[in-house]
Formats: sequence, structure tokens, C-alpha cells
Amino acid sequence: MHKPRLQLQASFDIAWLQYLDKQGRATQPLPEFASPDWLAHCYRQMQLARLVDDRAVKLQRTGRLGTYPSSLGQEAIGVAVGNALMKEDVYCPYYRETGAFLERGVLIEEILANWGGDERGQNFQHAPHDLPICIPIATQALHAAGVAFALQYRHRQQGTPLQVAVTSSGEGATSKGDFYEAMNLAGVWKLPVVFVVNNNQWAISVPRTAQTATQTIAQKAIAAGIPALQVDGNDVVAVAWAVRDAMARARNGEGPALIEAISYRLCDHTTADDASRYRSEEELEQARQWEPIRRLDAYLRSEGLWSDAKQQDLDRELAQVMEAALDNWESRPPEPATAIFDHLHAHLPEGLYEQYDQLRDEQTAGVRG
Amino acid sequence: MVEENSAITLVEAVNQALAYALANDPQVVLFGQDIGANGGVFRATDGLQQRFGPERVLDTPLAENMIAGIAVGMASQGLRPIAEFQFMGFIYPALDHILSHAARMRNRTRGRLSCPIVYRAPYGSGIHAPEHHSESTEAIFAHVPGLRVVVPSSPARAYGLLLAAIRDPDPVLFLEPKRIYRAAKQPVPDDGEALPLDRAFVLREGRDLTLIAWGASVKETLAAAEQLSTEGIEAEVIDPATLKPLDIHSIIDSLEKTHCCVVVHEAARFGGLGAEIAAQIQEYAFDLLEAPVQRVTGYDTVMPYYQLENVYLPGVERILAGARAALGYSREGRQ
Repeated sequence: MHKPRLQLQASFDIAWLQYLDKQGRATQPLPEFASPDWLAHCYRQMQLARLVDDRAVKLQRTGRLGTYPSSLGQEAIGVAVGNALMKEDVYCPYYRETGAFLERGVLIEEILANWGGDERGQNFQHAPHDLPICIPIATQALHAAGVAFALQYRHRQQGTPLQVAVTSSGEGATSKGDFYEAMNLAGVWKLPVVFVVNNNQWAISVPRTAQTATQTIAQKAIAAGIPALQVDGNDVVAVAWAVRDAMARARNGEGPALIEAISYRLCDHTTADDASRYRSEEELEQARQWEPIRRLDAYLRSEGLWSDAKQQDLDRELAQVMEAALDNWESRPPEPATAIFDHLHAHLPEGLYEQYDQLRDEQTAGVRG
Repeated sequence: MVEENSAITLVEAVNQALAYALANDPQVVLFGQDIGANGGVFRATDGLQQRFGPERVLDTPLAENMIAGIAVGMASQGLRPIAEFQFMGFIYPALDHILSHAARMRNRTRGRLSCPIVYRAPYGSGIHAPEHHSESTEAIFAHVPGLRVVVPSSPARAYGLLLAAIRDPDPVLFLEPKRIYRAAKQPVPDDGEALPLDRAFVLREGRDLTLIAWGASVKETLAAAEQLSTEGIEAEVIDPATLKPLDIHSIIDSLEKTHCCVVVHEAARFGGLGAEIAAQIQEYAFDLLEAPVQRVTGYDTVMPYYQLENVYLPGVERILAGARAALGYSREGRQ
């Protein structure tokens, strides 16, 4: 008699996508959207993200900024994801997404304000509907599902075009219930949401291999009944294609998808971390060989689209952009201390008047003293 | 549809308020476990999915954390989500979203995004339910800045306060005392009139003693006041209704007359709202007091399974004992 046995269901395929190999050689014809102008734009934004991260880390080291999470080595994912969204789409980010923030129109001075301990940095002037930077791990995946519901609801009630929510996280976040709960709901409600996992191999000090027994992060989508794709996360063209494809599908009412973008965190987790405690210089050096900017640079030069002269011009331009942002950030007057009450509720409850007055009086006395 | 002027129960008043909100605000959506065809395990959403459709009244997969989290995303884009937790005892997985996100979104974005969410949960003990179905942990939520905590104690207040909570531009935890879901009926006109949040209700006027209670405990507290009245002691009974932010002024106004008070709550004593109320009274009205503020509460034990739940609950006798203790001090002071 046949006895059913416990079985590890492993008969599935996770597709892998790459356009530019580690040396920056095209492995297949580039998609139509990847025009020379588009490639140059992405290249600029990736370099700007790296510059912003570099300056932010230096500002932290000199005591002018708080803890900062650099995205060094992962610029292709951020830029490609941010670039794929239309203005009316809604981005629900985690915190290591400098490139995506820049693409969404978040100002560098807002990024600096946020990590400089000023909530006004999350009041994105040019991305008014995007969710703020999310610090608790994976919670943004559920917010994205809720956002996607709102977009679907508006579409159905008002007949407006269906917009899409896109959320990002690291691979460590996929160990949390929030991540699975969000995919599960998105699957069963067919929500217009794309989950992008930035698999940078390390969740602070815990390597990918200690995070999950699954062979891929992408296959976690199978349990939620939604499609998934693995892409080379250091190939800006591949990430852009995958996210655009998933978003087009969602926009067409076909529901959610998961993109696992494989990259490597070339920096510490944050400025408060020291990655040399848990990973080797050899591993890091190996990862540097396939980082995204070097790769795109090689491709653009091989196609005659880039030169030392162009790079010099770009360096000058980006330095000016950075300096202007630093000026804007540093010249902004501080918030009054009573701001901590101003946005607690839409209207300050009467029960808090006394505390508000106390703080205001303390501040006035402090100024006088 | 409930006819105007026909008396309805508290749970029917909840249903009536939800129906009013759905009918009058297209941004309102309801979701939770078993709230659709089943109408909720207590029938609070009975008939609403049939009336307003499955796009606005939705059964969710079974994950409380998810229910709380999607509400944040929905609200951030302008919807007015009303999320039901089946029992307060199951709300804890959702704390991350309620406390870390819903209560903080407006502040974190400096007013750019907000979370006008109502999180509803049946609350309190007294229905002989399984373990984890009888909690009164309102103090956990009242401690958190940015969140309102509201508890109705009658059908009319359930209707008016729930409408106010739905219209409030910020998140509200709306705790429904399930022990009195069907304890009493009163006519509740379906006129869409909200009651004010952040305001206490004086349920009974009196000159000798102030009794403060909310939720299901209001029933025993009013009964205790009636008993005291037969003895010539007139107790004022105040229901704060909005536990956070607390209307301490109404309580102090009462103490101007009575000079002593008892706080009654089902929840455990340590760190309960009785402690906060007592602290505020001594801060603002120490001179008015002729007796220490008495607390009549649940014990600092695990909420017992139902064989012993009535032992745990503050009943009329314990409220009377608290009242007599306060009055004892008070009379000594006057002599």
C-alpha cells in the first residue's frame, strides 16, 4: 500500500534575468526603453546616489548627521525602481533607497534632514503620496498592500486608471510575518502591488544563508500564489525591465508580483555598524568586482556613450548639486520645540494644552536665560 | 434597517453607526475576520456586506497584524478604514502597526499623511468565553501618544461616539464592551449625530461621592449608586468614554462638589487608568480631596478563565466597599 510521505516540494522554476554581465557586456539585446538617454540618466542618478551616501557618511563621521544607512553597491536597484514608477504611483520604501528617493523627487536636503533628526525630512515636497522611510522591518509591505487596496478601490469607484504601489525591503525582511502576510493578501485580493526585495546578502551581520532555508527569496511568492522573478540587482537594465513588467501587469489588473534583486551591500549596515566584525575583506573585494556603477560605466564606454570628458562634466555638475543641497539643508531654520505637539493630532486635544504651554514656557525661559 | 425610535442594543447601535458611515461617506471601508456574510462573531456588521457590497465590507485573511497594517496604507491614501479585531485578546500581533505607524504617521510626515483609522475590538470579560477572549488592556493603548482610546457604555453613546471616531482625522481604538452588547436597549435615532470625543459624560448627578467608570463596569457602578442612594448618599457617576485624551476637567468639576472619588475598572490595577486618573486628581485637585482616591479594579492577576471571572470583576459589592472607604475618610475630615 502506498503511504504518503512528507515531501519538500521543490519542483519549481525561478527565472533569472540579466542584460549586462559582471563585466558590463550585453548578454542579450537591451529592451527598447534602455535608450542612450535613459542609460545616461540612470548612470547620473546612480552616481548622485553614491555621492549623497558618501557625503552623508562623512557628515555622520564629523558629528553633523545621525546614524545613516548608505546604499553603496545597490544604486542600480534604487534608481531602476524609482524610475519605473509613474508620478501617481505610490512608493512604500524601506530605508536603504537613496537612488529611489532621488528618482521620486525626494530632495537631498530632505534626506539629510531626516537622518539629521528632523521629521520635516519625511514631508516629501515632490512625492506627496509616497509613504515615509520605514524603519521597522517589513511593516511597509503591509502598508503597500493597503495603499494598493486604496488605489484599486479608487479605480473601481471612480474609473480612474489603476495605479500601482511598489514596496522595497531587504532580504532579512522576508523572514517576517508582515512580508508573507502582505504577499498573501495581495495574492488573494489581486492587489496592484509590486514587492521588490533588495537581496544584498546581509541583514546587519546575518548572512543570507542563515536567514532562510529556501534556495531563493523569490520562491516565497509561490506560497502566496503570486509570480516572481530573480534579477541581477547590479544590472540597472534588468531591474528596470523586471519592475516595469511587474508594474504593467499590476496596472492591467493582473495583480501583484515579487522581484528578488540580487546585489551586495558594499558598506556597513549603517554608520553605527562595523561589517569587518562579521565578513571578510576578500568577500567584499570580490563583490566590488560586480558592483553596478562600474558595470554600467564599462557598457556605456564600450558603446561609445561615455568618456573621461563626460565624466569630468558630470562630476562637476553633481558636486554643485550636492553643495546646493547642503546649503539648503544647513540654512533651514530649526523647528520650534513645540512642533512635537503640532502634528500629533490634526488638532491638539485640550488635555495636552498644559504640556504644550509648559514646553513653550521652558523654551522661552531657556532663550532668555 | 432599524426603525427610528425603536429601542436597540449596544451592538445594534454599532451596526447602525457603521451603516450610516458607509451610506454617507464613500471613503469608508470595513474589513476584518468573518465580518462579511457572517456579520461578525457578535453580529456587529450584520447585513452590511449585503447592503454595501463586498468591495466595501471585506472579509480578510486571518492575520491581525495584517489587518492593522493595511489600514495604515489605506488611510494614507485618503480612505477611512474601519478594521475589526474579533476580540481584544487577539490584538497584540497588531501593536506594531497601531503603535509604531498609525499613531505616528501624521507626526513622522509633519502632517503630510495621516491615519484616520478606527480599530474596533470587542473588549472586557463576562461572557464565559475561552481564554484570551476577556481582556481589558486599554491602558497599553492609552499610554501611546497619537492614539485615541474610546469606550462606549450605552447604545446611544456607542452610536454617537463611533460616528465621531470614524470622522476623526486621526486613529481611534474603539473598544466595545461585549458584556453589555445586548444588556440594555434604548431608542437611538439614526440621525448621524456624533457625540463629542474627549468629553466625559455625567451619567448621574450627586453631591456626596464621585464614581468614575467606563464600559461594562458602568452598569455595576450605576447599580452601586442606586444602592447608596437608598442609604441617603448621592453619588455622581462619570463615564470618561474617551480614555485618551482624558477629560480631567469634568472629573475635577465633580470633585468640587463631592471631595472624594472611586475609580472603577475591570482592568488590572497596576498601571491601569485608575492610577492615571488618581495621579491627575492629586496634581490638579489635591486641595479638594477629603479622602484618598479609591481604586476598585480587577486584580493584578492573569484574567481568569470563566469559572472565576466573576470573582475577578469589580461587582457592586466591591464598588460599595470602595465608596464606603472613601466616604469614611471624607466624614472624618468633615468632623
